[in-house]
Amino acid sequence: MSTAAKRTTGPAQSTPFDVERVRRDFPILSREIAGHPLAYLDNAASSQRPRSVIDAEAHYYAEIHANVHRGVHTLSQLATEAYEGARDSVRRFINAASMREIIFVRGTTEAINLVAQSYARPRLTPGDEILITWLEHHSNIVPWQLLAGQTGARLRVAPINRAGEVDVAALESMLSPRTRLVAVAHISNALGTIVPVRRIITAAHARSIPVLLDGAQAVPHKAVDVRELDCDFYAFSGHKMFAPTGIGVLYGREALLEAMPPWQGGGDMILKVSFEGTTYNALPYKFEAGTPHIAGAVGLGAAIDYVEALGMDRIGAYEHGLLEYATAALRAVPGLHLIGTAAEKASVLSFVLDGIHAHDIGTILDSEGIAIRTGHHCAMPVMDYYGVPATARASLAFYNTRAEIDRLVAALAKAREVFG
Amino acid sequence: MDLKDLYRDVIIDHNRRPRNFGRLDPADAHAEGFNPLCGDRLELYLKLDGERLSDLKFEGKGCAISVASASLMTETLKGKTLAEAQRYFDEVHALLTEPGHVPTLELGKLAALSGVREFPVRVKCASLCWHTLSAALKQQAQPVSTE
Repeated sequence: MSTAAKRTTGPAQSTPFDVERVRRDFPILSREIAGHPLAYLDNAASSQRPRSVIDAEAHYYAEIHANVHRGVHTLSQLATEAYEGARDSVRRFINAASMREIIFVRGTTEAINLVAQSYARPRLTPGDEILITWLEHHSNIVPWQLLAGQTGARLRVAPINRAGEVDVAALESMLSPRTRLVAVAHISNALGTIVPVRRIITAAHARSIPVLLDGAQAVPHKAVDVRELDCDFYAFSGHKMFAPTGIGVLYGREALLEAMPPWQGGGDMILKVSFEGTTYNALPYKFEAGTPHIAGAVGLGAAIDYVEALGMDRIGAYEHGLLEYATAALRAVPGLHLIGTAAEKASVLSFVLDGIHAHDIGTILDSEGIAIRTGHHCAMPVMDYYGVPATARASLAFYNTRAEIDRLVAALAKAREVFG
Repeated sequence: MDLKDLYRDVIIDHNRRPRNFGRLDPADAHAEGFNPLCGDRLELYLKLDGERLSDLKFEGKGCAISVASASLMTETLKGKTLAEAQRYFDEVHALLTEPGHVPTLELGKLAALSGVREFPVRVKCASLCWHTLSAALKQQAQPVSTE
């Protein structure tokens, strides 16, 4: 990829995690909201961007932009190099075997829809089954419901327990001769649960059933190795991992992608077109109809460079410490109930407060400069399971601090004051 | 943006002790209001005596603004005619959305909702019960939403 904005200044892997230094890389973190320093605790909805990502996108537009895979002119070649360079960064980041397995899409949602329509739809007959879990984001529910409507297939849902953990034994018992695909979140956006996907994949593969992982919440927090996971599809978004909005990735096992028909028709996905017929392009271009989000891909490449320089393991360790601190701090708040207490969790804290609706909590926290998400988090079945209309959710990234958690707790005390 | 302007004492009081909370059975009209994004849900029940709203009750779960607004609405409209209710509807709508609006009605406690205007994302919370009222009077079967 282009080098002008490439980050080379990440702290060495061996040094302690210097959060104050990391925060200076994110311009938005120095702004104020309602007269208070911003405490951005809504990372599961969308994360913020480091300067290097913003610069990479700007540099691309200022110096490089042309359409990709088209022209012989210099800019088109440079744009193509930047775009394909980003693809190679993604391949390396998730340890895919080949760039042919990395398809750029708009985001996780589009990736899942692509698999539903191109992989699953041609294979399904009435009575076939797609298996998901109770903690899925709507993006990993609705595409399968649409598919069920189109094919007569059935959507089956594996249960969770009160801690918000997937009942893997129940899931295994629901794998049937009619199961055609298992689609599960790697990490739950509403609860923070880290799902034991390795075990699910082993069980599904024992019955020759492919598995799609919704990795939107996983890639910002932990190292993902698609070959070690042995998953068949892996979907994630750029904007939750410090990259631009509107860019995401579908990883697919090459043999599966090869056998799938194109999803959308248009430019870039064809080799030859006549009115008698069309010869489709090779992977991954077969699935990239139309001019792609080149600048977004370049920004994603820069985001990968950034988190790799910090080190995914160090990010995970720092966030885990922050999660433990925040969990203890919130548990000490009178009348607060954590929703999602899985043994294996990422840095997401959903909660309800006795007598105060999540929406009011959100407004009061906002007046203190603290951004959290309130509502159903695009996971209404999860809300139904816990019998709550909405939760407040603080979701942490590696640039958050214990001081921000302290401010959150203080603001919750203020909410209690307002409501008596 | 002052929190005290949003969460005035009247709002806090009506959230904590909502008036006319419950169900009317039988009711002459009924409708459901539901804002799925924030999780506000209410059921509104009406009794009509000719052109007059002889009784209103509501139940449901929601944020302080939506509960207090419904409580204040039912309290204000009890005994009013449908034409008067429509005037209150228009007036509250203006109060919630038009900066510098000069009331043309004696709003009483409903005036406490004027602070909501400074919090645009919360206007939908305050207006949900009013649109639910409108749906009930039209005998609308589908839940209404202000999102």
